[in-house]
Amino acid sequence: MTPTLGRLRYVGRRLLQAIPIIVSIVVINFLLLQLAEGDAVDVLAGEAGSATPEYMAELRAKFGLDQPVYVQLLVYLKNMAFLDLGYSFRHDMPVIELILDRLGPTLILMSTTIFLSVGVGSLLGLLAATGLNTWRDNLISVLALVSYATPLFWVGLMLIVVFSIHLGWFPTSGMETIGAFYEGWDRVLNIAHHLVLPAVTLSLFYLALYARLMRASMLEQSGMDYVVTARAKGLTRRAITFRHILRNALLPVVTMAGVQVGSIIGGSVVVESVFAWPGLGLLAFEALFSRDLNLLLGIFFISACLVVLVNLLVDLIYGLLDPRIEVR
Amino acid sequence: MNSLMAFWRRFRRNRSAVLGLVILALVILMALAAPLLYPEDPFRLAGRPLTPPFSGDFLLGSDTLGRDVAAGIAHGAKTSLLIGLLATVVAVVIGVLMGGLAGYYGGWIDDLLMRVTEIFQTIPSFVFAILLVAILKPSIQSIVIAIAVVSWPAVARLVRGEFLSLRSREFVQACVGMGMHDGRIIFAQILPNCLSPIIVASSLMVATAILIESAMAFLGLGDPNVMSWGFLIGAGRTVLRSAWWVCAFPGIAILLTVLAINLVGEGLNDALNPRLREHA
Repeated sequence: MTPTLGRLRYVGRRLLQAIPIIVSIVVINFLLLQLAEGDAVDVLAGEAGSATPEYMAELRAKFGLDQPVYVQLLVYLKNMAFLDLGYSFRHDMPVIELILDRLGPTLILMSTTIFLSVGVGSLLGLLAATGLNTWRDNLISVLALVSYATPLFWVGLMLIVVFSIHLGWFPTSGMETIGAFYEGWDRVLNIAHHLVLPAVTLSLFYLALYARLMRASMLEQSGMDYVVTARAKGLTRRAITFRHILRNALLPVVTMAGVQVGSIIGGSVVVESVFAWPGLGLLAFEALFSRDLNLLLGIFFISACLVVLVNLLVDLIYGLLDPRIEVR
Repeated sequence: MNSLMAFWRRFRRNRSAVLGLVILALVILMALAAPLLYPEDPFRLAGRPLTPPFSGDFLLGSDTLGRDVAAGIAHGAKTSLLIGLLATVVAVVIGVLMGGLAGYYGGWIDDLLMRVTEIFQTIPSFVFAILLVAILKPSIQSIVIAIAVVSWPAVARLVRGEFLSLRSREFVQACVGMGMHDGRIIFAQILPNCLSPIIVASSLMVATAILIESAMAFLGLGDPNVMSWGFLIGAGRTVLRSAWWVCAFPGIAILLTVLAINLVGEGLNDALNPRLREHA
């Protein structure tokens, strides 16, 4: 079997494995909907201000809310399969349209965060491991400990105080300068300028995590037999560190980056609401404020799907980085 | 008693863990002393709004409505510690049950329980937690439930791993041979043997729970009847430009508390698992 075919089959199998997880998340969504006080008709009646009991019963029949629970669940599953995530009565728009509108900014923020934290984190871990127990190592350890313990939203606010209010280097909120209508590279630069503070805020925690992981992983790898062999061959320390140890030490960091995607989405809710970054997180914050349950459930569902998808991607990247792992 | 002394000797060797313990003790003391230091309701309007810190009537300044920031921090300590502790206890109980059953029985029970755990680990936990609190209406109970629901899978995996390795040991086989009841083997025989990793994991979980609670309170999902650090910061963000102290001091309180708990947790790890020290 050719390698590409094997890879394709692997992707297909992994996609099949994702289906039960997605279905369970839909079921959880449905259960949460049942748990909530009142149903869609109550919300509609509340919005309208007044509704007769007869009219409400008619609406319930129209939405199928008078059916037994398992029938409702099947209908719900069918709707979700076609990405019909319901209707947001506050925004007067289908939930899926609202989400697709806001998905882009969140993906920009998330991918920047992942690259920044994996890149800088591994670099710091490398610096710490090569200067074991020196001031460099200790400083990095202390920084990691502190950023573990700092609430994201507070870091964001303090960065705004220092870099936006006092120094005036970066804008306090938003993704673009409103009313500037930049195009092409000017627009990219403008967005990048707005992106700095949110991305740094969100990266800080993960950066510390990857730095510690990278340090431990480097130390573990440097005790391996292949390092002894390389040293016996007379290779320089530099060559051993960069060409042999570093590559192997990166593997656990990549795995961890995949595991952390769900938590980064959670962090982006907080960071986006601090910086008014117009992504899914800010949408979730707005939905919380207006008690827009349908929208919140939709965001939850889409972000869970995103996690499943990114995990699949990470598995594939892992296969590329480490050819020993057979992609069957 | 002797083993307790030996434990303390090992714990004491880690200086940063002792520092963490001291900070944590001070925070607990502050939480206990809050009703004495600031007997009035922390939501009460105590004076002129937006008084700067270290000047006038308020040690740490006052917020937009003239509430005393220092009083809020003192009263918020209780909320944070209480929610962190309760959520961890609930999460550990669920995790031990799930992981213990999966690891002890194996087979289809293990498969089923681990599938469930996997699903809960895939779900973006913070989004799930705020969703739960939004549906259950914000209160101490709902916040504790939400944090526990997103935290137990880590405990379950840990406990399952320990149970799997202990399951085949001779003392367990002896118990089975004696005809001991399954429940007794699980809780009275195997569980005490894997207490130390559970204690270490749960101490770190308290820290995470406090961070989650503060983030939820910041987003406006705190219990409206109790003062909390996240609420103070959320209320102060509108005046960030003119009054940095309203946000800054409660954040430092969170940072110190979580840092202290993490340090204590690492110290516990070193003292309880002397062979498993990861510090190379």
